Amino acid sequence: MSDRSIALIDVNNFYVSCERVFNPKLEGKPVVVLSNNDGCAVARSNEVKALGVKMGQPWFQLKDLAKKHGIVAYSSNYALYADMSNRAMSLLATFSPDHEVYSIDECFLDLTGFRKQNLVLYGQHIRQRIKQWTGLPVCIGIGSTKTLSKLANHIAKKHPEFDGVCDLNAMSLRQHDDWFSKIAVGEVWGIGRRLAPRLHEIGIHTVLDLRMTSPSRMHSNFSIVMEKIIREINGTPCIELEEMNPPRKQIVSSRSFGIPVSDLASLEQSVSLYISRAAEKLRRQRSYAEAVYVTIRTSPFNEKEPYYTNSLTIPLTTQTDNTVLLTKIALWGLREIYRCGYKYQKAGVMLSELVSANHRQPDLFSPVAADTKSDNLMNVMDQINARMGRSTLKLASEGFRQPWKMKQGNRSSGYTTKWDELVCVTK
Amino acid sequence: MSNRGGKRENAGRPRGQGKFGEPTIAIRIPQSQGATIKMFLDAYQNKRTGLNEEATNVDEFFTPSISDQPTRLPLFTTKVAAGFPSPADDYVEKRLDISEFLIDHAASTFFVTIKGESMIDVGLLPGDKVVVDRSKTPGIGNIVLAVVDREFTIKIFDRSTSGRPRLLPANSSGAYLPIEIAEDMQFEIFGVVTGSFRRFE
Repeated sequence: MSDRSIALIDVNNFYVSCERVFNPKLEGKPVVVLSNNDGCAVARSNEVKALGVKMGQPWFQLKDLAKKHGIVAYSSNYALYADMSNRAMSLLATFSPDHEVYSIDECFLDLTGFRKQNLVLYGQHIRQRIKQWTGLPVCIGIGSTKTLSKLANHIAKKHPEFDGVCDLNAMSLRQHDDWFSKIAVGEVWGIGRRLAPRLHEIGIHTVLDLRMTSPSRMHSNFSIVMEKIIREINGTPCIELEEMNPPRKQIVSSRSFGIPVSDLASLEQSVSLYISRAAEKLRRQRSYAEAVYVTIRTSPFNEKEPYYTNSLTIPLTTQTDNTVLLTKIALWGLREIYRCGYKYQKAGVMLSELVSANHRQPDLFSPVAADTKSDNLMNVMDQINARMGRSTLKLASEGFRQPWKMKQGNRSSGYTTKWDELVCVTK
Repeated sequence: MSNRGGKRENAGRPRGQGKFGEPTIAIRIPQSQGATIKMFLDAYQNKRTGLNEEATNVDEFFTPSISDQPTRLPLFTTKVAAGFPSPADDYVEKRLDISEFLIDHAASTFFVTIKGESMIDVGLLPGDKVVVDRSKTPGIGNIVLAVVDREFTIKIFDRSTSGRPRLLPANSSGAYLPIEIAEDMQFEIFGVVTGSFRRFE
């Protein structure tokens, strides 16, 4: 019935599954992984989902439930997750020449050329291979468009009878309608929590309801994106595989503090650290920033303390990728918005209006030599930090003790990234 | 001539027509190894006769191998056009890389540190780093990293007379006993141990 077979492979409860590979005792236990600073649940095992814990729920709200049911909570171990993701993605790349790594735990494969095979069997083969080689359980959804493959993946995940692989192309249209009538419209890729209530208002509750609407009319009521989504769930591809990620349009770096911070000096340190991280990313993708945004806020959950939040965007006269310059500007912005007497809990920066090196407009009035000098300095800094480890060379404004740094109370070991943190086999 | 007893010419199945499709011989084997040898023979028979229940109508899935190791190629610095070429150019070879020696598939290879003494007879000493490859199918006699009742252990993979998995230590002191995997035990093989290494300084 359809021309293409796109598969979406995603790792089940990715962060939790990574932890389980190296700690078999966690199998069958309720496990959550918490965001930076142990703020809220960012990954939940099936046992935890069954207890009604929502994605993103703050950890302090869960403490009683955790005690009652013995929920094991881990701080996020991003070094481990990134390594396990790279392993899985490098394996998936061997199953089709056309693939797009969509996120840390999701990958699209174009299997159109493989349809001489039974794709459900091929999917099972992929699943088995990833499980054996990496220890990670995956589910696979196959459809004629990316949006349909996402839905197929949802079906494969929620219904054990599929054994982890669901191919919508192998079903009749009537069977599609049957499934789509049971799935809430909010589950559709790109609809999400924001658009779902607006669709409910006009009587669209399920995927089937959405599929029946007129794409062009929905375009005028919503946006071109909505039209594309509707065409995609009707089997017309509108979103192509992107094998190379386009350079980002903005780079954000923000984090909560381990302890509340009230002095300007600590805030300055954190803002300079975030700027240097963001500037590193900026240079890695060979872009230049034209605006710097700084934000600070106190805890929105603490009712005993006065709440304060403020932010400032500072446009630059010249586009730059120089950490020193960006830091100076961000710190100026911070001093503008800083108010004495509050307990700050989070700070962040964003570099925006990014342009690629090719499209950069040099400043007519600044000497070219200054530019080259800055490029050389940043190059040397990046190279030294790449070779000798992060923050070997840094601005003194980042501070040395950084007492405000993140809490990572219960982070698991660097099982695959640190020699002295490998699994120890005692038996 | 007596017509009782003795050899009867041309009696029985013609040679080479049995289940293996070739002549067979009788040999004595230790009782404890019966199950192991039986499994080996079954596998051999399947291979000979192409009878594999799991393979249905699917052709074997072909997966191209990817090179996990960065291949460092020598850079020829001598210029080609001018003068006498370096006589060593023909002999430049790739420099040795230790991970190439230890690792077949980077995506499926993990390291663990060994702490106990149960495997010292095969040269796995406390403190050694052990290379574990999940992509390999464990066979009898392989050293494996296994999970028994949710705990990691490194042992030699074996099967008992009944065919159930069994993990053997390699320590002649007798301080470690074989682990027989019973029906109700949680058991899984994490991967096959393909090597080990240590530093003295």
